Amino acid sequence: MASLDEFRQSTRAWLEANCPPSMRTPMPQDEVVWGGRNAKFKNPDSKVWLERMAAKGWTTPTWPSEYGGGGLSKAEAMVLQEEMARIGARTPLNSFGISMLGPVLLQYGTEEQKQEHIPKIIRGEIRWCQGYSEPGAGSDLASLGTKAIRDGDYFVVNGQKVWTSYADKSDWIFCLVRTDFEAPKHKGISFLLFDMASPGVSTKPIQLISGASPFCETFFDDVKVPAKNLLGDLNDGWTIAKRLLQHERTMISGFGLSGSRPGKAMPLEEVARQYHNDGDRLSDPVLRDRIAQFKIDAEAFALTSRRSAEEAKESEGPSATSSVLKYYGTELNKRRMELLLQAMGTQSLGWEGDGFEDSELDTTRGWLRSKGNSIEGGTSEIQLNVIAKRVLELPDIMNFVGKKK
Amino acid sequence: MKLTLNEDQLMLQASARDFCQEKAPVSVLRRLRDEKDPLGYDPTLWKQMSELGWTGMAIPEAYGGYAFGYGGLGVILEETGRTLLASPLISTVVIGATAITLGGSEEQKSSLLPAIVSGGLTLALALEESGFHNPAKTACEARASGDGYALSGNKVFVLDGHIADKLIVVARTSSQPGDEHGLSLFLVDKDADGLEVQRRWMVDSRNAAAVMLNNVKVNEDALLGEVDQGFELLDRVLDVARIGLGAEMLGSIQQVFEGTVEYLQQRMQFGVPIGAFQALQHRAADMYSEIELCRSLVRAALNALDEQQEPKRIAQLASAAKAKVSDTFFTVSNEGIQMHGGIGMTDEFDMGFYLKRARVAQQTFGDAAFHRDRFASLQGF
Repeated sequence: MASLDEFRQSTRAWLEANCPPSMRTPMPQDEVVWGGRNAKFKNPDSKVWLERMAAKGWTTPTWPSEYGGGGLSKAEAMVLQEEMARIGARTPLNSFGISMLGPVLLQYGTEEQKQEHIPKIIRGEIRWCQGYSEPGAGSDLASLGTKAIRDGDYFVVNGQKVWTSYADKSDWIFCLVRTDFEAPKHKGISFLLFDMASPGVSTKPIQLISGASPFCETFFDDVKVPAKNLLGDLNDGWTIAKRLLQHERTMISGFGLSGSRPGKAMPLEEVARQYHNDGDRLSDPVLRDRIAQFKIDAEAFALTSRRSAEEAKESEGPSATSSVLKYYGTELNKRRMELLLQAMGTQSLGWEGDGFEDSELDTTRGWLRSKGNSIEGGTSEIQLNVIAKRVLELPDIMNFVGKKK
Repeated sequence: MKLTLNEDQLMLQASARDFCQEKAPVSVLRRLRDEKDPLGYDPTLWKQMSELGWTGMAIPEAYGGYAFGYGGLGVILEETGRTLLASPLISTVVIGATAITLGGSEEQKSSLLPAIVSGGLTLALALEESGFHNPAKTACEARASGDGYALSGNKVFVLDGHIADKLIVVARTSSQPGDEHGLSLFLVDKDADGLEVQRRWMVDSRNAAAVMLNNVKVNEDALLGEVDQGFELLDRVLDVARIGLGAEMLGSIQQVFEGTVEYLQQRMQFGVPIGAFQALQHRAADMYSEIELCRSLVRAALNALDEQQEPKRIAQLASAAKAKVSDTFFTVSNEGIQMHGGIGMTDEFDMGFYLKRARVAQQTFGDAAFHRDRFASLQGF
């Protein structure tokens, strides 16, 4: 593998020369770069880093170079990841365009659609949000009711989405709409892309139990969407929707990998030791056992994520095992947050004001927020359904009770 | 090193699976049990296993082995776990050969390892002294005597003890029970004066024995490794044993789980296959996820052995794997019975064998709680 070694050498040299020193430090939450028309860079180096990485296509290392991607093989992308980890380089760009839309756009988009959207995702110029859930369509997503009626060269969209992350900060939306009202529910859905600046689009933030949140309600009132913005075939949007969910689940499962979240790296046992004033050995035997169990599961989970990536074929991306990772990763993260509370005692239960460190208040909020991990992107129960049906090939009860619609 | 099997390992897996399914299905263990077979394993099968090269898998080529690595041995152990193949593979190859390879003198290696490869020598580790795994608590005494030592004490749960040609006896040459320092390992012939071995009949129908040592005299050259420094060697050997047993348990777990899922697909009640019920689907899907995690840990631990990573890292992986696999075998064996309903409770059906094996394997070389405690200590908390 001489060429891979050469690639490592040149990558290492390029990163050394181009990654600004401040981009090699742990990333505080407010310095995460999301891109978009109104992108804000709290740290100016973030912009430099994004532009340099985007120019190489390394914001999306394995995407085809003809659209501005890195064009790397899986093995090369792994090397890049390792070399970035070696110097602690920050992820230059976070976006739903990269983690969710891009892969299905590459798979299902027309040449024109790819040319228009992919380069802007790679460079972080357009920030995307996801129009999936509706007030009446959560776990039963396919029962969604947002309407798109064809009118000449346009679709006219009416309806409401909910749990749209960052809808108020996004430039474009990828949105599931109903285009056939007679067909069975899975067969009448289409996948539309449109500009959030279109007349008739409005958003309203949602406050969560953890306080403020990135989530919004999104309303569509006679929004005109050019017909060319249909992704895939009319009424075949569910195929794309499901594929995108696999990418989303893979992304969310990453929350279970402790330490992968920006800025919060202190291991559980260290926190427990500090708050309990313990020496080397934790004094609470139950907490010690639970932390050990958590750490063993976390390590096993990280290894399983790695193995799953090794098993995935070069070109195919995530499969039904994304449900295993989504399920386990989010349950693991919830366990981690509960253990943090146990490790910190009542200092982890402040809401605001004096008497609590910022990190303690972050823990309280983070614990509350983590409850949503096993709901968003498909609940744990939905993931277990997927594993039971797709992986274990267990029969669907709906086939026997004659309720399938 | 990758966590997926390579080409050679896949071939080995296929041939090991064929052998175990055809030559050594669970009915072999059932026969050994029903006939109260005095050996508790089938010597003909053991001979065939050595002819297939299984006894030499992880032994260096210089001593007649095949240097196929622990990754290869792990693949085989997984298959033996699927059919609950009773053999001296763990006691002789995983433990015995490893102890000699890691701690033996040149003479011990060149005289004993080739005999293991050829299937002509069986070994057993005489370690435990109570019903709870705790190597440092060893009290069995080895007193300097003449040119060698005199060993006295009682051992229990000596796997394959009554069929072994030689025992590896863990004994205390100095310090107090509870101290890691002061332990030494000795090779003792089965017919040594003062040695008494009594077979014990275990619930899983696998071999275990009680060993009484009454002033058993051994020469200096019976010492395996350094005097008083035996704990470190023992711990490394035990880690290999924990990982190897983990691989065997993983195989048993998969067998139980696959059989259970198949039953869920077929068993009709209320006019539907019971696997259509979400109450069972979710428990099955949850077990599947846990098994995937077990597989990753076992593979990573086997890789760590072949990469000769530092003993502390291997120890962490060994404890993580043994803890996780033990918990999962517990769950899967219980669910295997429950999901099969009444038929799972019958002796005629094989499920009971796996439940019985699960509990013995869980406790062998330390149970899940032991290994979480050890993992926490190794991680410094």
